[in-house]
Amino acid sequence: MAEGHPEAAARFVADDERLHWHDQAVWWVRQKRDTASAAVADWEALRTAAAGIKRHALSRLAEYLAEFEQNATAMGARVHWARDAAEHNAIVHGLLAERGVTRLVKSKSMLTEECKLNPYLEARGIDVVDTDLGERIVQLAKEPPSHIVMPAIHRKKEEIGELFHIHLKTERGLADPTRLTEAARHHLRDRFLAADAGLTGVNFAVAETGAVVVCTNEGNADMGTSLPLLHIACMGIEKIVPRERDLGVFLRLLARSATGQPITTYTTHFSGPRAGGELHIVIVDNGRSDTLGREALRDSLACIRCGACMNTCPVYRRSGGHSYRYTVPGPIGSVLAPQRDPGQYATLPFASTLCGSCADVCPVRIDLHHQLLALRQDLAHKRLVSWQKRLVLRIAAMVLAWSGAYRLAGWLARRVLPRMPRWLLYVRWNVWGRQRELPAMPRHSFRAQYRRRRGKS
Amino acid sequence: MASRDHILAALRRHAPPAVTAPDLAGLGVTFADPVAQLALSVVAVGGACVRVADLAAADAAVAALPQAAAARRVVSLVPGVGRPTLDLADVADPHTLADLDLAIVPGELAVAENAAVWVEGRALPHRAVFVITDHLVLVVHARDVVHHMHEAYERLAGRPRGYGLFISGPSKTADIEQVLVVGAQGARTCTVVVVGGAATE
Repeated sequence: MAEGHPEAAARFVADDERLHWHDQAVWWVRQKRDTASAAVADWEALRTAAAGIKRHALSRLAEYLAEFEQNATAMGARVHWARDAAEHNAIVHGLLAERGVTRLVKSKSMLTEECKLNPYLEARGIDVVDTDLGERIVQLAKEPPSHIVMPAIHRKKEEIGELFHIHLKTERGLADPTRLTEAARHHLRDRFLAADAGLTGVNFAVAETGAVVVCTNEGNADMGTSLPLLHIACMGIEKIVPRERDLGVFLRLLARSATGQPITTYTTHFSGPRAGGELHIVIVDNGRSDTLGREALRDSLACIRCGACMNTCPVYRRSGGHSYRYTVPGPIGSVLAPQRDPGQYATLPFASTLCGSCADVCPVRIDLHHQLLALRQDLAHKRLVSWQKRLVLRIAAMVLAWSGAYRLAGWLARRVLPRMPRWLLYVRWNVWGRQRELPAMPRHSFRAQYRRRRGKS
Repeated sequence: MASRDHILAALRRHAPPAVTAPDLAGLGVTFADPVAQLALSVVAVGGACVRVADLAAADAAVAALPQAAAARRVVSLVPGVGRPTLDLADVADPHTLADLDLAIVPGELAVAENAAVWVEGRALPHRAVFVITDHLVLVVHARDVVHHMHEAYERLAGRPRGYGLFISGPSKTADIEQVLVVGAQGARTCTVVVVGGAATE
């Protein structure tokens, strides 16, 4: 079995200083989100509207996708459909190969990460440059993003300086974010000017107009699509919003939830190719239509990838994005990954305290902690949960279902536990006790105390 | 087309019970003085905002900007504003705009709540102009300042379909240790010039 979240997280938390640094960095973004959302008087109404639009769109997805295709085609775009990652990658490569493209610039697209497009294209001789600064950093470091909005949030500026020294020939020891960003600007500017094609993700696809909307702060999607003549936009089937005016709701929520900004710097509505150019839109299923059919998990398709659930999650903040080993980490990733491969990602739904903070900040009101609970049940039914956990829970279920056993367990805990030596209590198999201390046992049970007090009054 | 039909059939098969679309009426926060709010929002997103009485005053205000004084390659898509050194009609390949210093671009409308200025694709002979330039000036009329995004899309609803975008401030990133750096891949500065209305200058 593949390494699970607990093992990967254990490595992350071994560096205590870095753990707290990461926790604080991510928490700071959560606080910016709080300030921004509190300044919007109709915030809760907006969330309700966003949730309503997404659920409406999901209930008529086939219809809206067909409408989108028709309108996008009418504006001059070419629409392609891919059932899975392999078909998506083949379509993208086919478009590039037919036109002799060897240099591709990409703006952020979690879908292409999910499909592992970069290694697929690189193996076929195409030079792929991720142009979002955070994505470029992790690309140079040869590692996946650790956050969907801030891909390099796990990297310290000194490490980025070292990477840039090696790859961008900046001076050794440079760790000033402003100067490093300036160096990246020049480096990426050259790549934009040399590119034969630009690929972008899609934040929203509007059925009514056939436009795809792409949001960035850096302007890298705009640079990458306005210089080369070929633009490929890759989207999951769930990116559909029915009407253009629905964007008003999502654009007010997205950046505030993600980084605390009132809107991203660039919100580009691509409707048809530019003069002399081509716009290709690849619509990808890759398991999403199955999710639509699963009532308990369906709402996960409403996600707009703002990352707020990660920023607030006590487990994400203290274990880092890489410990999830999936394209999308954090609470939403823990819902999405096991649907893709339950065996490989069986530990993710347990990487949560079920505190519900993720659902509280979610701009589209996905009940993430309920979904994590549903997935735990699902994994237990599939016997993808460790036998120790299953055994403990079976015993717990028996104790809780039978009052005699419950009373006996309470008596043992009060009478026997306090007499047991530490070495026996905190024995190797007591995983729970590794970072925790058992509470002091009361002398009398709640039942006894209650009976006595009632007798007094 | 096999994949298209396969996907659409799967979506129809798995479609949840119909959910009606929500009513968006009543959403949005309004401001006592939307132009004043716009100015605050522009500054908050890292831009600068100038209010002027008319286009002649806009031209003077742009000329007074230090980035305009230093600019050698300038394009203007707003007649009467700026000292353009090249005409985009003569530019065949946008790659030649790589060393553009200043672009003056008309905004169709500006949103008070978030400083977003709508730039219409038809106004841009090259899409690269607003992002490849080092410095950007957006010129918008005070009568085209709206309170919020819902109002913005209401105003945009009647336009012919096509490419367009919202720009809110200069290009920026915080990808290195969350330190905000202005001037990532696109324009390093963004100045919004609001023309007309109750301008005092």
